[in-house]
Amino acid sequence: MSAVISINNIRRVFVMGEQQFEALKGVSFDVNKGEFVAIMGASGSGKSTCMNIIGCLDPPTSGQYFLDGLDVGSMNGDQLADIRNKKLGFVFQGFNLLARTAAVENVELPLIYAGINSKERRSRAMAVLEEVGLKGKEFNHSSQLSGGQQQRVAIARALVNNPSLLLADEPTGNLDSSTTEEIMNLFTALNHAGITIIMVTHEHDVASFATRQITFRDGYIISDNKSSNKERKA
Amino acid sequence: MDFIQTIKISLRALRTNKMRSFLTMLGIIIGIAAVIAMMAVGSGASYVISQQIASIGSNIILVIPGATTSSGLRTGGGAHTLTSDDAKAIMSECPSVSMASGTVRSSGQAVYGNLNWSTLIMGGTPELFEIREWPVISGRSISQQDVDSASKVCILGLTVVENLFGSADPVGKVIRIKKIPFTVIGVLERKGQSPQGTDQDDTVFVPLRTAQRSLARENHTNNIAAILVQAKSEKLLTDAEEEINSLLKQRHRITGSKESDFTTRNLSEILAVAEKSAQAMSLLLGAVASISLIVGGIGIMNIMLVSVTERTREIGIRMAIGARKNDILMQFMTEAVILTLIGGLLGIAIGSVGATIVSKILSWPTLISIQSISVAFFFSGAIGIFFGLYPAKKAAALNPIDALRYE
Ligand SMILES: Nc1ncnc2c1ncn2[C@@H]1O[C@H](COP(=O)(O)OP(=O)(O)OP(=O)(O)O)[C@@H](O)[C@H]1O
Ligand SMILES: [Mg+2]
Repeated sequence: MSAVISINNIRRVFVMGEQQFEALKGVSFDVNKGEFVAIMGASGSGKSTCMNIIGCLDPPTSGQYFLDGLDVGSMNGDQLADIRNKKLGFVFQGFNLLARTAAVENVELPLIYAGINSKERRSRAMAVLEEVGLKGKEFNHSSQLSGGQQQRVAIARALVNNPSLLLADEPTGNLDSSTTEEIMNLFTALNHAGITIIMVTHEHDVASFATRQITFRDGYIISDNKSSNKERKA
Repeated sequence: MDFIQTIKISLRALRTNKMRSFLTMLGIIIGIAAVIAMMAVGSGASYVISQQIASIGSNIILVIPGATTSSGLRTGGGAHTLTSDDAKAIMSECPSVSMASGTVRSSGQAVYGNLNWSTLIMGGTPELFEIREWPVISGRSISQQDVDSASKVCILGLTVVENLFGSADPVGKVIRIKKIPFTVIGVLERKGQSPQGTDQDDTVFVPLRTAQRSLARENHTNNIAAILVQAKSEKLLTDAEEEINSLLKQRHRITGSKESDFTTRNLSEILAVAEKSAQAMSLLLGAVASISLIVGGIGIMNIMLVSVTERTREIGIRMAIGARKNDILMQFMTEAVILTLIGGLLGIAIGSVGATIVSKILSWPTLISIQSISVAFFFSGAIGIFFGLYPAKKAAALNPIDALRYE
C-alpha cells in the first residue's frame, strides 16, 4: 500500500510574544490510499493544528511531511495553493464560507481558481449541492442557511474539485443525529469510491464510521487503532 | 483564474460598498475633470490665438498717435500726430519694413435704397489689404489711383453686404455714406472676429485720401488714425520697430527725454500675452489636476488598505481553497483600477461639460480631442495600478492560516 500522507516527528510551536506554546510535540503517522481516518482527542489537544499542517495551510515548526511522496516542506506558495486546490478538499471547523455570497457561488470558488469555465462550474456546483442534500437552497446566502446547511455547503465546496484526499475538521459538529448519519453515509460512499478521508471528531459514534482512529492528547498521539470491517458500522 | 471572473469579483466587492466606492473616486473624478478641462481650454485658446494671428496678418506693427508710459498707459490718445507722409516714409526708409498703410476710421451710416446700416468706415491704401492678407472675392480692391484721385469708391465687408443687399451682387451699385454717393467696386472675403471680439466684416473701406477729404470731421486732411506696418519677416519685427521709432522721432523732432507723440505696438506681442494667459490658465488647471489626482490616488490606496484588512478572512478562504498569491494580487489591483477607471470616465464627462461651459463664457471653441480623452482614461488607469499595488501586495503576502484566523 502506498502512503498518501507520511508525517514524521512533526512539531508545531506557536510563539506569542514572550510566550511559546507547543501544540504538537512530535507527531508521526502514515495514511494509506483509501483509508478513512478519524482523529479524536480532547479540546486543545492539537487536532486542528495537525489538520492545518496536513492541509498545507500551515507549515510545521519541524519535522517532515510527504504528500503523495512529495516533500511539502520544499514547495513554494503557488505549488501549495495548487495542491490545496486540486488534491485536497478541506472542511473547516468554522465553515469559513464567504458572507453575502450564494451557496452555489461558495461551492464554485475552488473551480474558479482551477480555471474552469463558468458553465461547467455552475453545473458541477449544483450537482454537488444536490449530493449533500441542499437542492433548493443553492441561491441562499450563508446568513440564510442553518448551521447544518452551512456545514453541508462547506462539505460541497471541499468535494467539488474531486479531491483524492478529503480533510474534515469536525464536519458533523453542528448536525443532528440523522443528518450526521447522512453525512457519514456520504463520506463512507466517497471512501468506497476511492477518496482518502481524514476527519476530526469528538463523537465515538461518528468515529466508528472510520476504518482507523487516531487519538491525540496534549500534542502527542496516544493511540492509533485500525478497526476491523466487522466493527465498522454498515 | 480568468480575467472576466476577476472583474466580476471586483465589481461585486465595489458594489457592496457603493457609497464608499463613490467617495473614494471623487479625487480621481475632480482630477481627471481638471485634466480634460485643462486640455480643452489650452487647445481651444491656442486655436483661437492662431486664428486671430491669421486674421490680423503676420508680422504686423501698429503705429498709433499718443505716448505710452512704461506701465502701458496711453497718454494723449486721439491726438493727430501721424500723417500720410509718415506712413510713406516708413515704407520707403525702413529697410526691415515691407509695407505700410496709413488708415483712418470713423463710424457712419451706409444707405442703399431704403435700407441703412451703421458700420465702421475705414480709409486705407492698397497695401492695407495685402498686409492684412484680405483679398476681394468679387470686383476689385482699392488701387493706388483711387487713393491718388480720392475717388468715391468703396469695397464692402460681407456683413455690410448682407445687411444692405441681401443676396444681390453689390458691385457697380451706388451707396451713400454720410450722404455722399460711393460706387461699390468690390466685396471682401469673410474675415470673422477680431481678437477684441468685433465683427471685422462689418466694415466699409474707402481710399485713404477720400476718407481724409470727405469723411473726416475736421480739417486735418493729411492726418491718419494709425499706420499698419508689415515687417519683412518675423525675425525682423524688432528691427522694424526700432527703425520706425527712430525714423518717427526724427521726423517729429523728438529728442532726448522729450515724450514721444506716437506708440508702436507689435501685434504678435499682444497675442503672445493672450497666449501666456491661456497658458497660465492651463497651468493652474494642471496644478489642480495633479494635486487632486495625487490626493485621489492616496485615497484609493487608503481605502484599498482598509478593504484588505476588512476582508482578511475572505482572502484566507480564497487562499485555503487554492487561490495563488497572484490571483489575490490581481483581484485587488483590478478593484483599484476599476475604481480609478470609473472615476476617470465620470471625470471625462464632467470635464467635458465644464470645458463646454468655460468655452461658452469665454466664447472659445471647445476642443475635446480623442487624444485628451484617451490620455485621461489611461492616466486614471495608471493611477489605479500605482496606488493599488501596495495594498494588493499586502493582501497577496498574507499567510492563509493567519488570514483565516483573523477576527
Ligand atoms: N495560532 C495559535 N497561536 C497560539 N496558540 C494556538 C494557535 N492555534 C492553536 N493554538 C493552541 O494550540 C492548542 C491546540 O489547538 P487546536 O486548535 O489544534 O486544538 P483542537 O484539538 O483542534 O481543539 P478543538 O477540539 O477544541 O477544536 C490549543 O491549546 C491552542 O490554544
Ligand atoms: Mg479544532
